[in-house]
Amino acid sequence: MPLNKKLTVGPSPHVRSGATTTGIMLDVIIALVPALIASVYYFGPGALALAGVCVGTCMAAEYLSRKAMKRPNTLGDLSAIVTGLLLAFNLPVSFPLWMAAIGAVVAIVVVKQFFGGLGKNFVNPALLARIVLFLSFGKQMTSWTAPFAWKNGPDAVTTATPLNLFKLNGLYLVDNMKNIESTPGMPSMLKMFFGERGGSLGEVCAVALILGGAYLLFRRVITPVIPLTYVGTFAAVMLLAGKGDLAFVGYQVLGGGLLLGAIFMATDYATSPINIKGQLIFAAGCGLLTAAIRLFGSMPEGVSFSIILMNLLVPHIERWTLPKAFGTPKEKRKENEKSGVKT
Amino acid sequence: MNHIRQKGVLKASARNRGGVGVSHNKNTAGCETVRMPAPSKVTLAMRQHIGAPCRPTVSVGDTVGVGQKIGDSDKYCSAPIHASVSGVVTAIGPLPLASGEIAEAVTIESDGEMRLFEGIAPPKADTKEEFLAAVRESGLVGLGGAGFPAHVKLNIPQGVEIDTLIINAAECEPYITVDYRECIENSWDILSGVRVVKDMLAIKNVVIAVEDNKPEAIAEMKKVADNFQDTGDEIKVMSLRSRYPQGAEKMMIRSVTGRKVPPGKLPSAVGCLVMNVASVSFLARYLKTGKPLVSRSLTVDGSAIAKPGNVRAPIGTLISELIDFCGGFKADPYKIIAGGPMMGSAVIGTDFPTLKQYNAILAFAENTFRLKKERDCIRCGRCAFVCPLNLVPTAIMDAAKAGNVPMIERLSADTCMECGSCAYVCPSGIPLVQYLRLAKAIKNKAGEEQCR
Repeated sequence: MPLNKKLTVGPSPHVRSGATTTGIMLDVIIALVPALIASVYYFGPGALALAGVCVGTCMAAEYLSRKAMKRPNTLGDLSAIVTGLLLAFNLPVSFPLWMAAIGAVVAIVVVKQFFGGLGKNFVNPALLARIVLFLSFGKQMTSWTAPFAWKNGPDAVTTATPLNLFKLNGLYLVDNMKNIESTPGMPSMLKMFFGERGGSLGEVCAVALILGGAYLLFRRVITPVIPLTYVGTFAAVMLLAGKGDLAFVGYQVLGGGLLLGAIFMATDYATSPINIKGQLIFAAGCGLLTAAIRLFGSMPEGVSFSIILMNLLVPHIERWTLPKAFGTPKEKRKENEKSGVKT
Repeated sequence: MNHIRQKGVLKASARNRGGVGVSHNKNTAGCETVRMPAPSKVTLAMRQHIGAPCRPTVSVGDTVGVGQKIGDSDKYCSAPIHASVSGVVTAIGPLPLASGEIAEAVTIESDGEMRLFEGIAPPKADTKEEFLAAVRESGLVGLGGAGFPAHVKLNIPQGVEIDTLIINAAECEPYITVDYRECIENSWDILSGVRVVKDMLAIKNVVIAVEDNKPEAIAEMKKVADNFQDTGDEIKVMSLRSRYPQGAEKMMIRSVTGRKVPPGKLPSAVGCLVMNVASVSFLARYLKTGKPLVSRSLTVDGSAIAKPGNVRAPIGTLISELIDFCGGFKADPYKIIAGGPMMGSAVIGTDFPTLKQYNAILAFAENTFRLKKERDCIRCGRCAFVCPLNLVPTAIMDAAKAGNVPMIERLSADTCMECGSCAYVCPSGIPLVQYLRLAKAIKNKAGEEQCR
C-alpha cells in the first residue's frame, strides 16, 4: 500500500507523558490562590491591586525583554505570573504600586532574562526583587497595615509584625519567653495560624499556605523533602534556643515568611538541587540561616536572605552530592570523589 | 487490577528505583500468533546483530531453500544469516536500514513454496562446545531487541561462575505482546530450551520472570515449570512489578537477585545470565529440527493498522507486506516504529525489511501521541527522579551542549541504556535520549582523538 504522506521520524521515546511546563506553572498558580484570597480578606482590595500590578508588570517585562533580545515569546509558560504573584506575596499591602513595578522588572529582566530565562536564573527572582526593594525603599517595605484596617477607611492603621514584636520586646531571651502571648499587640496563636496579623500579603495565612502546599504535593509538583527539612531544621534550632518552649517555636514557625518561603520559594526548581541528598543539605542550610538571622541578626526576619544565600550555593551542593550511577562499587565512589573533576 | 498472587510464584527480591508508569496498551494480547504466508520477496541485511557484519555466501541467480545459509562471517562475534523463503537470489547490494546505516543485503524472490533446504538436520549438541557451535550455526541473536549473538552470550569464560539463569519475559514495552504469546503458545518449548541451557552451562537456578500484568503467562509458566521439577534444582517463576523498564537487563537482574551490575560490566560479573523468552524457545525447536532462525513473531499494532495482531513472518519481509497482511492502514500513518514506542526507532518508509531483532511494527495515525514542543529545561529534576540507573540526564545534556568531556565522564553518560524514561516524563518536551546519545558520541570522539 503506498503512503499518501511522508512519515514523521524522531528519536525515541515516541510516547510522552502529559506533564508540561505550563501545567506545572498553572498548578503553582492554583496553589497560590488560597493565600491570595486570604490576603484580600485581611488587607482588602489593595492586596488585589498590588498583585495585579506585580503580575501585569512581570508579564509585560517578560514579553518586552524577550522581544528586545529577539528570543521566542515565553508568556505561554505562565512562569511570569508565578513570579509576579510571589513578589506581591512578599510586599506589604501599603507598598506603592510604582515601586512594586520596579521590583517586578528587576525580578524578570535582571534576575531571570539576563541569565537566560526560565530555569537559568541563579537565585529566586521574586526573592531577589524583594531584597532590592527592601534595600531601596526600606521605609515602605516595613510599614505594615493591621488586618481589617481597610474596612475603616483609607487612613490605614499601621501595626508591628509579630517578629518585630519579638525583637522590640527581647522575646528571643529565654527569660522573657513566658511573656510572648501577653505582649501588647501580639496576636494569639490561633490568629497567627489563620493570618489575622500584620505582615506581607502572602505570608500571613498559614492555613492557606499549607493548603496550597498540600495541593502541590498531591499534584507531585513538589516533594515534601525541602519544605519539611527547612521547617524541621528551623523548628529544631528554635526548640533548642527556646529551651523547649513550644509556644516560642509555634510563633517562630508561623511568624514571618517561613511557610511561604519553605513551601513556595525554596522549592523553586531552578534554584534548588535536583537530587534528594542535595535538597536535604540545601533546605537544612535555609533553616539554620533563617534561625541564625532571627536569633542573632539585627533584622526581624531572615527567610529571603537565607534562601538567596543557599540558592547561590546550589551549584556547589550539586557537585558535592552528584549521584553515582547504578551499581557503582564503593571503592570506585571514593576514587571519583578524590579525583574531583571540576565542573 | 490483575495483581492476584499466585501460589508458588516468587516475588521480586528488590525494587528498582525510578522508572515510569507508561500505559501498557497490550491490545494484541488475545491475538493468537498467525503464520504469514510466503511474501513475494525478502531482503536479508547482512547485519542483523551486534558485531561483525556477514558476507553473502550465495550469488545472484542461485536457487536457495528455507534455512540455507546465505551469509556468514569469519569473525567470532557475529551470527550467520539464512534464507527465510525458498526461491532465487535476485540482487545483492547495499541497503539502507531503518536505522540509517547502510548494510549489504541479499534479496530473494520467493517461489511461494517455502521449500525447506535439504541440508537441514538436527545439530549434534552433546558437549558444551558442540552446543555453542550449533547455536552459532542457528543464527540466533537476542530476540528481545538488542540482537546480541546468542553463542557469544552463552560462551561463559573460564573462571566465571554463573549461578542464575534469568528468562526475561517481562515485556515492559507498551503494545508488544509477542513474548506473552510465546509464553502461552509455546510454553513447553520455553521450558525445554531452559533445560538445555541450564544443563549445558551447569547453571543451578533458573528464574522465569514475567511482569505482573500478565497473570495468564505467569500461570502457564508455573504450570509447565512444575512438570520439570524432577531434579533437585528448581525452575522458578517470578512475578515482577509492571513498571517500565522492568525488562532491561540490569533492572531485571536487580529485581530477581537483588544484585547490581556495575557500570560497563556484563551480567556475568554478578553471576547472572539473562535470555529472552523467545530466544530459549527458538533454541529448543532448533535443537529438535535443525531449522535455523528464519522467522520470528512480531506484534503489528497501532492506531493506523486495520487488523492488529501477532504475526510469525519470515525475517526480511518488507514492512509494507507485513502491514498489508494485517489489513493495511485504516488511517494515514504518521509514524511507523520498528520496536516499541519507548525504545524502537521510527522508520522513514515501509520499504524496509524486518530484522531478526525487531519484535514489533507499530504504525500510528497523527495525534495518537501528544508531542511536546521543546522548551528550556526548568530543572524540575523529574528526569533524574525516574532514571533507573541513577543518572542526571539534564546535567548530561548541559555537559553535552558545552562539549565538556570530563563532566560527561563524571556523570557516567556511558551507563545510559536509552530506556527513554527521562524524555517520557520531561515537562519541557526535551528529547533527552538524543542528548544522551550526543554526549556519548562527543566522549567517544574525544577518546579517538586522544588515541591518535
